[in-house]
Parts: sequence; C-alpha cells; structure tokens
Amino acid sequence: MSTITSAPRSRRSDGARRRARTEATSGLLFSLPAILFVVVLFIVPLVLAAWMSLNDWPLIGDPSFNAPDNYVAISNNKLFMDSVLFTLKYTAVVTVIFLAVALGLALLVQSTRPGVGLFRTAFLLPAAVGVASSALLFYAMYNNDYGPLDDVLRALGLISGDADFLGTPNAAFASTVLMVTWRFAGFYMIVLLTGLQAIPVEVYEASRMDGASWWQTLRLITLPLLKPTILLVLVLSVTGSLLAFEPFYVLTAGGPSNSTVTMVIAMFREAFTLFDLGSAAAIAMVILVALVAINLGQMYAFRDKDKK
Amino acid sequence: MTGNLVKRLRGVSFYSTNVVLAVLFLSPLVWSFYSSVHGPRATGGKGGFGPDNYIRLAEYGAGLGRYTWNTSVVTVLTVIGTLLVTVLGGYALARFQFPGKNLLFIGALAILMVPHPTILVPLYTMLNWVGLQNSLVSVALVLVMFQLPFGLFMMRNAFEALPKELEEAALLDGCGNLGALRRVLLPAVTPAMVTVGMFAFLASWNEFLTPLIFLTEGRNFTLPIALVSLRSGEMGTVDLGALQAGIVVAAIPCLLMFTLLQRHYVRGFTAGAVRG
Repeated sequence: MSTITSAPRSRRSDGARRRARTEATSGLLFSLPAILFVVVLFIVPLVLAAWMSLNDWPLIGDPSFNAPDNYVAISNNKLFMDSVLFTLKYTAVVTVIFLAVALGLALLVQSTRPGVGLFRTAFLLPAAVGVASSALLFYAMYNNDYGPLDDVLRALGLISGDADFLGTPNAAFASTVLMVTWRFAGFYMIVLLTGLQAIPVEVYEASRMDGASWWQTLRLITLPLLKPTILLVLVLSVTGSLLAFEPFYVLTAGGPSNSTVTMVIAMFREAFTLFDLGSAAAIAMVILVALVAINLGQMYAFRDKDKK
Repeated sequence: MTGNLVKRLRGVSFYSTNVVLAVLFLSPLVWSFYSSVHGPRATGGKGGFGPDNYIRLAEYGAGLGRYTWNTSVVTVLTVIGTLLVTVLGGYALARFQFPGKNLLFIGALAILMVPHPTILVPLYTMLNWVGLQNSLVSVALVLVMFQLPFGLFMMRNAFEALPKELEEAALLDGCGNLGALRRVLLPAVTPAMVTVGMFAFLASWNEFLTPLIFLTEGRNFTLPIALVSLRSGEMGTVDLGALQAGIVVAAIPCLLMFTLLQRHYVRGFTAGAVRG
C-alpha cells in the first residue's frame, strides 16, 4: 500500500485522496446489505410505528389521523394498566432470582475440579430449548393427570390433595417464575462465569494471604470486580422480563382471569384480537420509551457509584 | 490428617451439590423424552413403550413434516442471511473508512434496545403493502435483522483482531478486496462465524413471536407455532402425549448443536465481556 512514498508531494496527496475515495466506496459496498437491513427493516418500521400511533389504524381499512386519541386511550385501558404493574412485579422478582441463582451456580462451577464441565453443560442445556417449548414442557408437567409434579410434591408431603399449579393468580405466577428460572439460570450463569474468570487469580491469592474469609472475599473482592458483568445481567434480565411474552402467552394464556397479562400480551391483544393497530403502536411506543429510560437509569446508577 | 479430611469433605459436598442441581436441571428434559414414548398414550392403552405419540404428531394439522420443513426453511435462510450480511458488514466496519460508518454500527446496536413487538406491528403492515404477508422468507428477513447487533459486533471484532499484513499480502498478489476476504480472511474468522451462525440457528429455530404475527395460514406454521396451537387445543382437545413428542422433535436439533458447539456459545460471551 505504501509503495509511492518517493512520489512528488502533490501527486501523493492526490493518490491519497483517490485511495480514500475508493476505500469509502468499497466500505459502503461491503456494508450495503447491513445498511439496507437496518434502514428498511428497523428504522422505517420504527418511524411507521410512531406514525401509526398517531392514527386510527384498523387492521383492515383506511387509517385516519386522530392524535393524541391512542395515547389518551391508554390510561383508560384497564388491561394494559394492570399489565404494567404485573410486568414490573414479574421483572423485579425474576431479576432478583436470576441474579441469586446464576451467581450461586457460577461460583459453584468456577472450580477447576475434574468433571465440572459436565455440570456446566447440565445447567446450560435448558437454554438451548426454545422458550415456547420450555413453556409447553412445563405446561405438561403442571398437568395433574399427566405430569409427575403433583405426585412428587405429594410424596414429599409438601401438599395434600390436588395441586393447582396454574389455577390461581399466585400459583400461575410462581409456576411461570419456576419455568423461566429453569430456562434462563444457566444462560446468566455463563455470563457471570466469563466475568468471574476475568478476575486475576492473584487478587484471590492476595486476599487469602490477608486471611480473608470466603464471605469477605465474595463481598469485598469478587462482587465489586464483577460489577460490569452484574450490570450486563441486570440490563438483559430487566429488558427480557419487561418484554416477556412467550412464558405467559403459552403457559398461562394470561389467565386465570387476565391476572398474568404482561405489557406485550396486552399490546398483542390490542393489535390482533381487537384489530386496533394504532392503539397497539401507541402502547409499543410507551413501552419503548420506558425501556430505554429504565436501562439508561440502570447504567447511570452503576456508573455513578463506580466513580466514587 | 485433618486438613486432608476437610479437603475430602469439601470435595464430597461440591460433587453432591452439583449432582443434585444437575438432576433438577436435567429432569424436565429427561421426563419429556421418557413420557413421549412411555405410557398409555404412547402405546394405545397398554403399558410400556410405544411410538403412538409420534404417529399422532406426524398427522397433526398440516403434518409434522410440513412444520419441520417450514422451520428448516426459516432457519437455513436466517443463518445464511445473517452470515452473509454480518461478514461483509463486519469486514467493512473493521477495515474501511467510509461516511456513515459509526452511524451504521450505532443503528445496528440500537436494534437491541427496541422491543421486538414495537417493530413487528408496523412490519406486519408493511409486508401487507408489498404482498409478503404469510411468507417464510419475510420471517427469515426479519430474524436476520434481529441477529445484526450481535453478529456485526462479533464479526467486526474478529476482523479487527487479524493483522493487516494478512490481506495486504493478498492485495499485492493481485486479489481484489473481495478476493482477499474470500481466500485469506474468511478462514481466519471461521470460529467467529460458527458462533454467529449458532446463535442465528438457535434463535430462528425457536422463534415464536415473529412467525406468530406474520404467518396466518396453518400450512405455513413453524414448529413452535404448531405446537402452541396444539396446546390450546384449537383442533380438538389437548393431546399432551403428542405435545411431548413435539417438544422432543423441536428440542433435539438445538440440544445436539448445543452440545457439539458449546465452546463457541461461551466464546460469544467472552468476546462481549472482553471488548465491552
């Protein structure tokens, strides 16, 4: 590339300009498919979603401008307003559980003992099964006639009589939390494990020399150094749970009596049961803004403490 | 002596904790495989093992073959499309200066921040405009878009990690940029391509929401959609036996790919953790 260093100054800068131009052309050509995908399938739909939210937009028929009716209607939409509280509760509960379980598993399989790889695989394997399939699998397990779970609980003496895993709001909620923990714990374990393995061994050795106990090492060394990874887990878990759809849509179908309807299920029903795409788009925009705000807030909270 | 004993006790408690947990994590999968071939529904009334669940599943709706074929079409198109777009795009991002470069990267990462349903509803409308509703190709196109943030990020890092001399030698030998990419660079970034391809495979094989919104005709359903419609008993009462068989059929390709390529799955996270 640098073979013309002996050329006169003006010609060299000419050549450099030409090279920069061909480089820009090649770069644009190579990234053209990616640009097309981002623009046509992401940016245009995003703008269209914003526009749809300002219109009365039936599934079939002509749209008409009606802003801000769709947004005003949100506050009267009981299904969605209830779903906001429910989704927040679900997000808080599963995020705490994911963090605790995944951290426990990651600390457990951080060891270098023989056979530890097999245990990692065992914990991670559910993450390969689709969320919809996992929900169906647990749906069958929770079925009293077909599934083994009620028999197991009865044999352990934990319940008497018939179990009702999906019949009451609380049971349906807990059953779904158990299912997603099974499905996602291994995934978050691996995320945390990569963070744990990035901590140099010397740090642990130094803390052992200082006579720190296991608990002190965890609290004063491991967790602070793991902060960036924990933030990643928080962002992933909060985002995923706020947008939860499959677990409840498949496992509980939003029931019993709409007690487990998440925000995305409420939006989905607005669009494809009530055929009101404009209102669905307005809800989608609200979810989008809330999600970005929450994630920025989390990152800000974590960054702030780091500086002190 | 006591030190030895403590060490041994720690080993015992380590392994017993792990074994108990591993059993808890694996038992739902094992039960699913077992109950898909065992019990009265699997044998047609008798005890023991039998294939009846799979036979009923094969005839369910438009047929298991049809659903598996649809899922495979979506998956193959998504994996090929993702690799094509992210290899070219990652190469461009790592090696070329061009206007809008940073904008493209930020735009692709922004896909992560936006809830899928937010773009799926307008996309559904757009597909109706161009007459592409109810098509497997449009599902695959959208799934490629969802893979872009991770894929572009991985491939850009993979190309950046290669020494510049590698393609300069090829360019001096008279290869064009594309020739250098194909002959010299691609072999060097194969591990990253395996990781990106594997994520695209798992995501598209298991994707639920996109085909649920886009596909309205039973003949075009993918496996997850067909199984969920089986669960809701849309075509009669819920057949939990056939459902188990369906879960097994849907899970086996993922479990196989996962066990074979686990290292690459973990690599995806390491890359993210190191490069931030």
